[in-house]
This record gives sequence, structure tokens and C-alpha cells, in this order.
Amino acid sequence: MTAPLPASRAPRWLTLFAFAVFLFLYAPILTLIVYSFNGSSVGGFPPANWTLHWYRLLASDDALWSAVLNSLAVASAAVVLSLALGLPAALAFDRASFPGKALFRRLVLLPLILPGVITGLSLLMLFATSGLKLSLFTVGLGHGTALISVAATEIYAGLQKMDRRLEEASLDLGATQWRTFWRVTVPSLALPLLAAALLVFTLSMDEIAVSFFLVGRDNTLPLEIWSRLRRGITPEINAISTVVFAFSLAAVLLWYRIRRLGPAESSL
Amino acid sequence: MYSRWYKTLVTVPPLAWVILFLVLPYLLLFSYSFFSVRSGTIVHHGTLANYSTLLHNPMYVSVLLRSLRIAAIVTVLSLLLAFPLAYYVSFHAGRRKDVLYQLVIIPLWVSYLVRAYAWKTILGGGGVLNALLQHLGFSPASFLLYSPFAVVLTLTHIYTPFAFLPLYASLEHIPRSLIEASTDLGASSWRTVRTVVLPLALPGAIAGATFAFVLSLGDFLAPLLVGGPSGLMISNVVVSLFGAAYDWPLGAAVSLCMLLLVLAIVFAAGRLEKRYGLS
Repeated sequence: MTAPLPASRAPRWLTLFAFAVFLFLYAPILTLIVYSFNGSSVGGFPPANWTLHWYRLLASDDALWSAVLNSLAVASAAVVLSLALGLPAALAFDRASFPGKALFRRLVLLPLILPGVITGLSLLMLFATSGLKLSLFTVGLGHGTALISVAATEIYAGLQKMDRRLEEASLDLGATQWRTFWRVTVPSLALPLLAAALLVFTLSMDEIAVSFFLVGRDNTLPLEIWSRLRRGITPEINAISTVVFAFSLAAVLLWYRIRRLGPAESSL
Repeated sequence: MYSRWYKTLVTVPPLAWVILFLVLPYLLLFSYSFFSVRSGTIVHHGTLANYSTLLHNPMYVSVLLRSLRIAAIVTVLSLLLAFPLAYYVSFHAGRRKDVLYQLVIIPLWVSYLVRAYAWKTILGGGGVLNALLQHLGFSPASFLLYSPFAVVLTLTHIYTPFAFLPLYASLEHIPRSLIEASTDLGASSWRTVRTVVLPLALPGAIAGATFAFVLSLGDFLAPLLVGGPSGLMISNVVVSLFGAAYDWPLGAAVSLCMLLLVLAIVFAAGRLEKRYGLS
């Protein structure tokens, strides 16, 4: 990032325009939150009869809670899998050279831009062909595989900022590569690893296209919300959505904080 | 500095995983697209029937064209919203720069389902917007939900932050001295934007447009939630072919076309970015 100059005054229309875009980005979410406290009905204007009824309903909704637990399990598995493969992948991008490396890199990053539907159904074909039964396990495999792209990108960005002299020093002082990896490389990457874990976790908790194809009998949270949406909108869904939004907001803010702890350099 | 063992150990496991869980599934997709379905079972015998169905059944062609049209409109709108916003945040936000940047980026990662659903509650028949219109004494507007318009609106909302990110990054990399030089030499701020900022922001705009186009082209949630029959897109066709219609081979053929289209767009965008990035 370039050093910030003293900001010059923006023309008024530009300020207004920027404000309008922010409004466009946030108004729907705010509306949703406001209506989760609305006592009268789903819509209606103005909202009336403020209530916590929908949140109380949530608290005693067993199907919903088991979906939350399912999603937590899937997201944890996705974090473990995507870090376990994303870390070596990032190291390979950074340090190894072999024929087809550029192609390998593109393949790893492909799920970032490919429609989730394609990732989901091509994995479905793999599992169907190999006779693996669909369950939360296959959803976790799918999320983990798709999100290696995110983990590797985050960790690679961290590697670019890392002080390589520490590794050189460790090797010069006689530590083995293995020991250097565990005692120097991994600890220096602690923050990027944590940031990657948070981001993968948040994205997995919210994922719907891949899950849609790979899920068995047990629903993840987004799929549970989805199946309720098809039966009709209730303010309870607004309440669920508000809670989901609050948690992912907290996770993303934390991710951003951690990311900013290192020297500043932004990349996707 | 790193031994061959080290390099092998960090390369082989992710490479093997990617081959098994990404490349192999894509190859399966490819081969399934040449199979067919006879009386409820998949026949593993090569045929081009699926591709001829795609070409000759006007339904598929028209859904694809609609998807491309919607994605193109979403791309243009996202750029039109994201560029002034990125320009404002990068050049005029001052001390609030970091906060404003975060405010745009948060929706990129957060609650895709929630944000698509929010539009349904707003645009719906008994939704917030119609209730507001009635409250103000207007008649309710039924065209709002279940239309391509609703899909465009929702997708623009979802993918504007994706267009913003690379645009903002490219604006941040413009040396401020160039802007000063242009101003000092007497160019108006409008002229500076046109002749200095825009050309330098072009690679970011191309990357942002690629994200917005490719991601909205393949979106299946927004059309299903707010699109109605007239707003369905190509991914919805794939989903129904894999679900209720149970025609995996045809579904595979449709998705393979989508996959190749996306790859072609990304490849072309990469070339364009390189071309305009170096000069």
C-alpha cells in the first residue's frame, strides 16, 4: 500500500454516491435484523409490536440446533483438511519448482472462481462412482477440498511477508529441515494459519452449493435454513439469519484484525 | 536452501489430493456428458445425444443466453457501483480509509445465503418494499419479486464487493505523485481521472469484472430465491437435471459447457490484464 497522503476533499456527489453504495450493501441486512424483532408478521410497514418471540422459538428448536452442530463438525473438518493441504501447497508455490507448477497452482485456485455447483456435482460423481455414501463426511471432504484455495492463498500471502533469514539461521546453526519447519516456519506462520482457519471456518458455515450435492440425511445449517425457506418465510428465519450474521461478522472482523497484525500488504 | 526431499514432501500430497479430488471429478464430468439414461439407469456407452439436445432444444439455449445477459448486466452495474466507491475510499477517505475498506469487504465473506434471503423479504409480495409503498399510498408493485430484475438486483448486491476488491487494489498502487503531476500541470480532476487513474485501474477493472461475471453466471441461489420461472439461470437447470429430472449425463453436458465457458473467460481476462498491466 502506498503511504496515505492527506486526503483531498471529495466532490459532494462522490461522497453521496459512496454513501448510497454503502446503503445498498447494508440496507438489506439491516432490514432483516429489524424484522427479526417484528411481532406482527413477516413483512408489513412500519414494523410493529417489538418482540423476542422468534429468538425464544430458536432457542428451543431442536432440528435447528442439530443442524448447527452438524455445520460446526463439517467446518472443523474443512479447517483441518484445508490447512493440512493448503500449507504444503503454499510452500510448494513459494519454494519448489517443477514442470506444470503453474498449472498445479491454477488447479488449486480453481474452486475460487468456479461455480460451486460444478465443484459439488463433480465430487458427487466421484463419490457415486467410488460407492462412498453421502453424509456429513462427504460434505466435509467437499468443503475442505474447495477451500484449500482460500487457505493456500492466505498462507502464501503470509509466506511473502515472512523473514526468511530466520530459516537460514536455523539451518546454518545445524537444525535439520524437519526441525526448522516445526520450530521456525510453522511458528512464524502462526498468524496467517489462524487467519486462514477463521476464514475457511466462516465460509464453510455459510456454504450451500457444494453441500447441496454432497449432503446425506443430516442437514448443515444453511441447508436447514434453505429447506425452511422453501416451506415459506417465517420471522424465525430472520432471527436465525441475524444470529448467523452476527457470528460470521465477528469471525471476519477477527480474521481482518489478525491479518493486519503483520506488515501491511493486501491481496485476495 | 531447501532439499529435494523438502520440496517433494510439500508438493506431492497437495498435488495428489488435487488430482484425486478435483482433476478426476472433472474428468468424470467429461465422460458422463457422453453417457445416456435409459429407463432410469445410466448407460455407460458413448453418445453425442446430450450435446445435440443442448443445441436443438431451445430451452437450454435461451436459459444460457439469459444467464449470460444477466451476468453481463450485473458486471456492468457492479463496476459502476464499485469504481466510484473504490476511488472515494482510496483517494478521499482520509483517516476513515481502513474502516470504510473493511465495511466493503465484510459482505464479501459474510452470509451469502442471508443476503440473498434478505432481498426476498424486501421484494416479496407481502414484503417490506411493497408494504412501504402501500403505507405511502401507492399500489403494490408485483413485478419486483420473481423476475430477472430481482435476480439482477440481488446479484449486483452480492458481487459488488468482489468487483471492488481488485479495483481498490489497483487504485492503491497508483503512485500519488502521478496524480499530483497531472494536477500541477493544470489538468482538471475529471481529466486526471480519465487520463491517469482509469488507464492505470484497468487491470483491476478487468479482474473485478471477471469475478462479477463468472460468479454471477454460475449462481444458483439468487435465481431460485427471487427469480421465479422467468429468472432461472443455467445453474438451476443443472441442479434440476441432477435432482428431480434425474438426467446426470445431460446435467454433466450442461455443466461441462459452463466449466469451459468460465475457463475461457478467465483465460481471456488473464491475457487482457497482462496486456494492459505492463504498459
